[in-house]
Amino acid sequence: MILLHLPALQVVVPLMAAPACVLLRHGRIAWALALVVTWTAFAVALALLLQVIDSGPISYAMGGWAPPWGIEYRVDTLAAFILVIVTSIGALVVPFARASVEREVASDRIYLFYTMYLLCLSGLLGITITGDAFNLFVFLEISSLSSYVLISLGRDRRALTAAFRYLILGTIGATFYIIGVGMIYMVTGTLNIADLASKLPAMADSRTVHMALAFLTVGISLKLALFPLHLWLPNAYAFAPTAVTVFLAATATKVAVYVMIRIVYTVFGGPAIFEQMPIDEMLMGLGMLSMIGASLVAIFQDNVKRLLAYSSLSQIGYMVLGLSLANVSGLAGGIVHIFNHAMMKAALFMAVGCIFYRVGSVHIDALAGLGRRMPLTMAGFVIGGLSLIGAPLTVGFVSKWYLIQGALERGLWPVALVILASGLLALIYVWRIVEVAYFRPSPDGATEIREAPLSMLIPLGVLCVACIYFGIDATATMDLATAAAVELIGSHP
Amino acid sequence: MDVPGLYNYWIVVVLMMIGFYVVIAQGNLVKKIFGLNIFQVGVFVFYISMAKVKGGTAPILDGGIEVYSNPLPHVLILTAIVVGIATMALGLALVVRIRDAYGTIEEDEIETQEGELP
Repeated sequence: MILLHLPALQVVVPLMAAPACVLLRHGRIAWALALVVTWTAFAVALALLLQVIDSGPISYAMGGWAPPWGIEYRVDTLAAFILVIVTSIGALVVPFARASVEREVASDRIYLFYTMYLLCLSGLLGITITGDAFNLFVFLEISSLSSYVLISLGRDRRALTAAFRYLILGTIGATFYIIGVGMIYMVTGTLNIADLASKLPAMADSRTVHMALAFLTVGISLKLALFPLHLWLPNAYAFAPTAVTVFLAATATKVAVYVMIRIVYTVFGGPAIFEQMPIDEMLMGLGMLSMIGASLVAIFQDNVKRLLAYSSLSQIGYMVLGLSLANVSGLAGGIVHIFNHAMMKAALFMAVGCIFYRVGSVHIDALAGLGRRMPLTMAGFVIGGLSLIGAPLTVGFVSKWYLIQGALERGLWPVALVILASGLLALIYVWRIVEVAYFRPSPDGATEIREAPLSMLIPLGVLCVACIYFGIDATATMDLATAAAVELIGSHP
Repeated sequence: MDVPGLYNYWIVVVLMMIGFYVVIAQGNLVKKIFGLNIFQVGVFVFYISMAKVKGGTAPILDGGIEVYSNPLPHVLILTAIVVGIATMALGLALVVRIRDAYGTIEEDEIETQEGELP
């Protein structure tokens, strides 16, 4: 019985727990509740994934109202995969957050932190699981509004302006999204994504549909921080509390990439729409600009969190590039990179969180000599960094391999070269940090710096093991990503 | 081009552009929030206009009514209005906090202060 309602529980459990955290009004108890809820959500997501692998897509009619009139929750391979990514990161961040948040957030606001954290999680899960284009907007705003609050909890006053800027740009993005949805509703008279998918192709050459696609693409690009719409991201990641940065960097932009895939491939029917509107070429160009441009900027950053934020921008470029390649290898590479980048970036930001916990700064000079004083944290950083570069035996290698293969299948060898070049640029900025941490002597009087507490190191360790395990044996993730890509594109080439 | 017949949609475009312009051009954070709100209101009018059925009345369940406007966009926009209010409230709350932290709500003055930080 309860198995039938798993899609609803996936969203409802964190959504109900969020106000409960406000009622509890106590940091530690709210933390314990968040811990239980996020691990429950993770278990639910795994159960859904197994169900989908076993018996195909799940359709759940919310409140018993049959689609397309009622709101449908729909879990296909891609959605189940993204749910597992979001909930696994969500579950790993909570144990990490206990020590980190106590250090970085005012103690009377800690229970509010967990409230917003759970709201943001339920928003992201809702975006992923819903099969209704307008419901998606509502969840998008739930997750966005709570992430503005989470960012503004940072101690630095620049966190406030970063949150404000994100609020302005995020709202413009979401509003563009509803304009686009309104236009396709005007033409088709439906909001259900599966229903839209069956009705839109017949009407695809009307100007309203073209405008809708343009609005949707720009709106979602703002949310996923595609160059040149990325201006909100670097400061938001740099000045938010580290636990928030870990969570948002690993999930929020990834879910936006998922929405882009959903809109372009499911709603608009994928490759066919590219012949009418060259969205793929635009996204490919912008994706490559992100990959190179953001990496170049990252090289010159002195704040390590900001450096990693720019590196996130360049990694988002890979995912968008994979989406724009429009063949199974490319799209599967993009999808698997959502998973891989979530693992590696969460590990990197957690390592930075451990450093901030002990050192109290994330300036690159403060890292001097940390290779000796915090060996485990820095080892985690190096593993994450190697994955960013795309070194063999790490997850980064797998996604790059498939992206390059996808580019070569299309005969686009310059794109493959850009992918390699971006990896080399990543090598430069990761090396800068490694050099300071391992080869520069630590400043005098820093002897009291020790390894971070275990509650922070264990989640970091789990992510590092995942970075290597899924780099060596990528069959599980690649099979899922390929199955999702085949479902989206329709057939194997 | 049928300008008078598409009167509503022209107003939508004008409202959206006014709002968008205010968001971009104004340096005052409160004005930015209001610009954002005008921009959203433009979208609300867009949805409500598209629901209109020629000759239709309000969608009320009553024996005498046969042609009525589409109620679904109305309901959608009710949700969007709530979201808009929440966004505006949060934005204004952030402006209050920014004023506490910087002593100003003018974007250029905030930027000069941030430029002095390391």
